[in-house]
Amino acid sequence: MRKIGLTLGPLLFNWEADRLRSFYSEIAADSKFDRVHLGEVVCSKRMPFSDPVWPEVIERLEAAGKEAVLSTLALPATERERKSVAALCGDERLVEVNDVTALPLRKGRPFVVGPLVNVYNERAAQFFAARGAATLCTPVELPLTSVRTIAEACPDLEIEVFAFGRLPLALSSRCYHARLHGLHKDSCQFVCGKDPDGLAVDTIDGQPFLAVNGVQTLSQGMQAFCPTADEAAAWGIRRLRLSPHTTNMGAVSAIYRDLLDGLIDPAGARSRLSGLGLPGALIDGYTRGMAGCAPAA
Amino acid sequence: MSIELVCPAGTPSALRAAVEAGAHAVYCGFRDETNARNFPGLNFSPQELRDGVRFAHERGARVLVAINTFARAGAFEPWAQALANAAEAKADAVILADVAVLGYAAAEHPNLRIHLSVQAAAATPEAIGFYAETFGVKRVVLPRVLSVEEIAALNRAIGIETEVFVFGGLCPMAEGRCALSSYATGRSPNISGVCSPPEAVAYSEDKGGTAAKLAGFTINRFKPAEPTGYPTLCKGRFVADGKTSYLFEDPTSLNAAGLIANLKKAGVTALKIEGRQRGKGYVAEVVRMFRRVVDAVEAGQPPLEAERMLQAFVEGGRQTSGAYKKTWR
Repeated sequence: MRKIGLTLGPLLFNWEADRLRSFYSEIAADSKFDRVHLGEVVCSKRMPFSDPVWPEVIERLEAAGKEAVLSTLALPATERERKSVAALCGDERLVEVNDVTALPLRKGRPFVVGPLVNVYNERAAQFFAARGAATLCTPVELPLTSVRTIAEACPDLEIEVFAFGRLPLALSSRCYHARLHGLHKDSCQFVCGKDPDGLAVDTIDGQPFLAVNGVQTLSQGMQAFCPTADEAAAWGIRRLRLSPHTTNMGAVSAIYRDLLDGLIDPAGARSRLSGLGLPGALIDGYTRGMAGCAPAA
Repeated sequence: MSIELVCPAGTPSALRAAVEAGAHAVYCGFRDETNARNFPGLNFSPQELRDGVRFAHERGARVLVAINTFARAGAFEPWAQALANAAEAKADAVILADVAVLGYAAAEHPNLRIHLSVQAAAATPEAIGFYAETFGVKRVVLPRVLSVEEIAALNRAIGIETEVFVFGGLCPMAEGRCALSSYATGRSPNISGVCSPPEAVAYSEDKGGTAAKLAGFTINRFKPAEPTGYPTLCKGRFVADGKTSYLFEDPTSLNAAGLIANLKKAGVTALKIEGRQRGKGYVAEVVRMFRRVVDAVEAGQPPLEAERMLQAFVEGGRQTSGAYKKTWR
């Protein structure tokens, strides 16, 4: 049986350059990821700070034998944002498409379809595969029964599922961090940087609910989809995507590797994840066709 | 040619009301998961659509059919059938979002005019050009994330028509890219054609007043004398960083009537009024009012204090011009 790969997804939050450097150094030195996504996906205003960091991070990861994938912006609108997407699409490395804008710019070269692109059925997956998609990370709300239908119809497309982290649920042109602090997006003072895992949003009755990250809204719960290798293979899954958080991601990758190698079972994996002090309860409802917030089971 | 007024028709009677009130075009959907307003009591059977198209065509109005959800994996038949029914009814265009549905329509119904739904969230020349070249899309309904200046720049860079929302409900999120509803309830616009679905709504009374809940999550609370609102997820009050606020959007509606002249100048072809869930009385009044504004703008007259006139029709009496002004962000 083919080994199930582990992908470190693109960082969704606003971290300072020093934190980025030390985080990815540790990933290069001590993690079980075979593929790592780099690049800003959520807000182009963060790019002047993070862009200078990526070349050395990529070099270090590749020297450690990890495949680097360049992720592109999810909601490009301005000319500067479109140029940044075009520049990344010209790269020799694998590129992650997170908006249809990137599709014509990446024409004829292989790419990853990110979970923010709407691929809900096998015909859409075949459409992207015919244009060069090598990997498809399915939308977070897609149930595994649909993932399997897509996988069966697209045997050459590597299917990846979002397995760990706060779920990216929505994008806006409005910045909720700025709005909460009484600022406009154009003069945001980068207040999202105060919340390296996103800012928790509770209901007025105190129920944990969502999290905001600039223009993005995420779940407050932490996706913890924990399949065995046999279960993953039966769903047609060939990669699991783990999304970066401030918790020890090397340890998270080791838990998933142990699970996929049969050293621990799903309950054992969830128990070890719970011990890491994560910023939300473990959930996995979407995978079972339920509300996304349903507790992991 | 006059800027086109595209009006909501949630039911056959709303369609007739909109056409008689002066709509240049109406949009509607079938009574199933193929359209993004899949609510009980709304929408059209194939026969009702045929009758509706005939009624509109006799009065010089066009009918656009929204087939704008994302097809379920392994179950494409409802979407194929909806396209066939729209073509057979002689609809003037279909409004699509899913590349699977777009590809099928372009191949199987080459004479059917295709508009790109707002649910496809195409906001750049590259994305719009891609849909135009690949599927022959003739018009794009722009996501509500662009300012008037950005719309003008976009129209200079693309070769197809644009349609923009001017009135009604307002999604603060980029449409077609929001799973908040399914996170709480299991059902969302992309997978089920509904947002904050009615079967997940409950109101509970206690001494502090009424809590409006969605799948058990409190979306808002109202004091005993206060009118209770529908718990649309992104219009609720939440607590973040110790502050209680309408974090995503106030309970407000879009009203860009005062911007119609600017939108025309920006090269927009059509103006869309949201509200397929609205009754025929509301639709008739709003359409009549907007038609007067459009005619005034076309005649080079001031827009008749349009925003003030429409105030009465706005949810809770509060309105915004949304992303059309950059300060909204």
